[in-house]
Amino acid sequence: MNARLALVALMTLTAAACKLDSRLDYLGDKNPKRFGFGRTPSDSMIARENIDVLADGTGLPAGQGTPAQGAAVFAGACASCHGANGEGKPPAYPRLIGGPRGVYNFGDDPKLTKTIGNYWPYATTLYDYIRRAMPLTAPGSLSADQTYAVSAFLLNREGLLPDSATLDAKRLAAIRMPALSHYVQDDRRGSLGGKEVR
Amino acid sequence: MDDKTISRRSLIAGAAAAAGGAIVATLPLDAQQAGKTAAPVPPVVPGDPSKVPGSATPEVGSRSPFFNPKRSPAGDITGSSRTPLQDLTGTITPSDLHFTRIHAGIPAIDPDKHTLLIHGLVDRPLELSVAELKRFPSVTRTYFIECSGNGGTAYRRPTPDMTPQVIDGLLSNSEWTGVMLSTLYGEVGVKSGAKWFLAEGGDACLMARSIPVSKGRDDAMIVWAQNGEPLRPEQGYPIRLLLPGYEGNTCVKWLRRLKFGTEPFMTRWETAKYSDPLRGGKIRMFSLELDAKSTITYPTAPVKLPGPGYYPISGLAWTGRGRVSRVDVSVDGGKTWSNAEMQTTLGIKAAVRFEYMWKWDGNESLLMSRVVDETGYVQPTRAEFEKARGPGTEYHYNYIRTWRVARDGTVTFEGNL
Repeated sequence: MNARLALVALMTLTAAACKLDSRLDYLGDKNPKRFGFGRTPSDSMIARENIDVLADGTGLPAGQGTPAQGAAVFAGACASCHGANGEGKPPAYPRLIGGPRGVYNFGDDPKLTKTIGNYWPYATTLYDYIRRAMPLTAPGSLSADQTYAVSAFLLNREGLLPDSATLDAKRLAAIRMPALSHYVQDDRRGSLGGKEVR
Repeated sequence: MDDKTISRRSLIAGAAAAAGGAIVATLPLDAQQAGKTAAPVPPVVPGDPSKVPGSATPEVGSRSPFFNPKRSPAGDITGSSRTPLQDLTGTITPSDLHFTRIHAGIPAIDPDKHTLLIHGLVDRPLELSVAELKRFPSVTRTYFIECSGNGGTAYRRPTPDMTPQVIDGLLSNSEWTGVMLSTLYGEVGVKSGAKWFLAEGGDACLMARSIPVSKGRDDAMIVWAQNGEPLRPEQGYPIRLLLPGYEGNTCVKWLRRLKFGTEPFMTRWETAKYSDPLRGGKIRMFSLELDAKSTITYPTAPVKLPGPGYYPISGLAWTGRGRVSRVDVSVDGGKTWSNAEMQTTLGIKAAVRFEYMWKWDGNESLLMSRVVDETGYVQPTRAEFEKARGPGTEYHYNYIRTWRVARDGTVTFEGNL
C-alpha cells in the first residue's frame, strides 16, 4: 500500500471513529459518577438495623444465659413446634438436637439426621437466626438474655456446652462446631463452568 | 424441595381439632393439595358464539374459563408454591403463576415507608426510599429464577404420577426491571476491601444471604418490576435483589438492607440450609451458580397420547453460567440423541424453549432432554449426578428427567432413571 492510500485509509478510519464516538455520545453515557439521591443514615439508624452476627462473634450483644434458664425459655416459646426435647415434628418442624454425633457422611446417607450439633458450622449463627426469625409466630420477641439462654440450652443438649456454663458473647464465639471442618466453599469451576459434573 | 413446610393452621391444630376445618391441616401436604384441586365447573357457552353478541371488556382481564392453571401452595407461614410448567408455553411465566418459596409469610409493605439501607465497607452509607431508587437509570432484562431445592422431592421420593409442576415447578422466568447494583456501588463507593455483602429482606424472618461483591459488578440488579408491572407481593414488593443465574434464595425479596464486609456473614440459610452435603463427609457451601438443566413439559404425566403419530416434545432449558448452546432429546432412554429446535432466542441466564417433533411409532418409549451450555457443561444423568454428589445430597438437582410412554399412550415419570 502506498503512503497516499494509507493516509486515505487512516482518515477514513478516523472519521468512522469520530462518528462512532459522537453516536456513543448521543446515546449517553452522560451519567454522572453519582446522582446524589437519598440521604446519609444516622448512626442511630444504622445501629438499630445492624443486627447481623459474624462467625467470629462480631455483632453479638451484651447479655447471658444458662442451659437451665434456656430450658424454661424453650418450653415456653419453642416446644410447641420443636417438641419438648427439640425432637421436632417432622416433616413440618425439623429436629433441632439429638442427631448422631461424630458422623458427617450426609451426602452418602439420606437417612442421617442433620441437627445443630452435627451440621451447623458456626454456633454464632444460632444467635443470629433466633434473633431474626424465632419464634415463628412472634419473631424478635425474645430478649438478649433469653436468646443466649435458649442457645445455651440447644448447645448443651448437643454436648457442646457444659451444664454449669453461662453463655455470653465471648463464650458463644469461642465454641468450635465439629461440622466446620467438613465445609468447603464452592469447589466447582465457578462461572467458567466446564464439563465436570460435581 | 426438602425444606419442610409449616401451616399456620397446624400451629393451632390442637385448639382447633374439634372444628372440622382443622383436619385438613393435619394431613400430609400432598393430601392437602389433593383437597384443593376441586373439579372446575364447565364454562357455559352458546351453541354458536358467532350468532350472539359477546360480553363487554372488563377493567382487568382474566383467563379463559377453559384454562385454569394453578400454583400449588403448601404451607402458610413457610412453604412453597410451584409453577404449573405443563400448562404454560413460551418462556415467560405469567407473574401470578411465578413460583414462591417463603420462610415467614408474605409481608404487607407500604412502599412509601420502605427504605433500603446500604452501609458497612462503603465510603458513603446511604438510605434510599423506593421512589429514590426508581430515579436511577434502569434496565429491563429477562432472567430465570430457580429455587435451590427444585427437584428434591423427585430425587428422594419419585412417583410415576409426578407432573413437571411437582418435579421442577420451582423454576420461573420473567422480564425484570430495576437498577444495576453496580450503579449503586458507584453511589456509595464500595471500598476495595469489601468482598461480600449481606442482603437482608424485610419479612418476618429477616431473610439474609451473603453475596460476593463481584456479583454486583457483574449483572446483579435491584428490581421493582416484573413483566411490565410492579413486583407482586409474593415476589418481593416493593423491591427485591435479582442475581441472574444464582440459586433463587439469594434473590432476597422485600430487600431492606445491604451491608458490605470482608467475609461471608454465615447466616443459617447459607450454612444449615442451602448447603450441599456431598460424598465422603464433605459439605459444599456457596454453590451459588446453577449448573445447566432442562426439563420436558410435554408430553408428561398425566397426559395420555391418543395414538401413534407426530407429537412435539417441548420443554425448558436454562443455565446459571450464561447461554444454553443446545438441547438434545432422546426417545429411547438415552441410547440415541437428536438435536432439538430452539423456539426462542438464546438469552443469557434466561430460560429457552426447545421443541423436537417426534413421530411416535406406538412402542414403549423413554423421553429425555439434555442441555449443553456454552461452557461445555452437559446435563448429567441421574446416575452420574448421584455418583458425583451422593444419594443424600441436597439442593441443585439438575440431572436429566425421564418420562415413560406406555403402548397405550399413558405418560408417567420415570424418576429412578
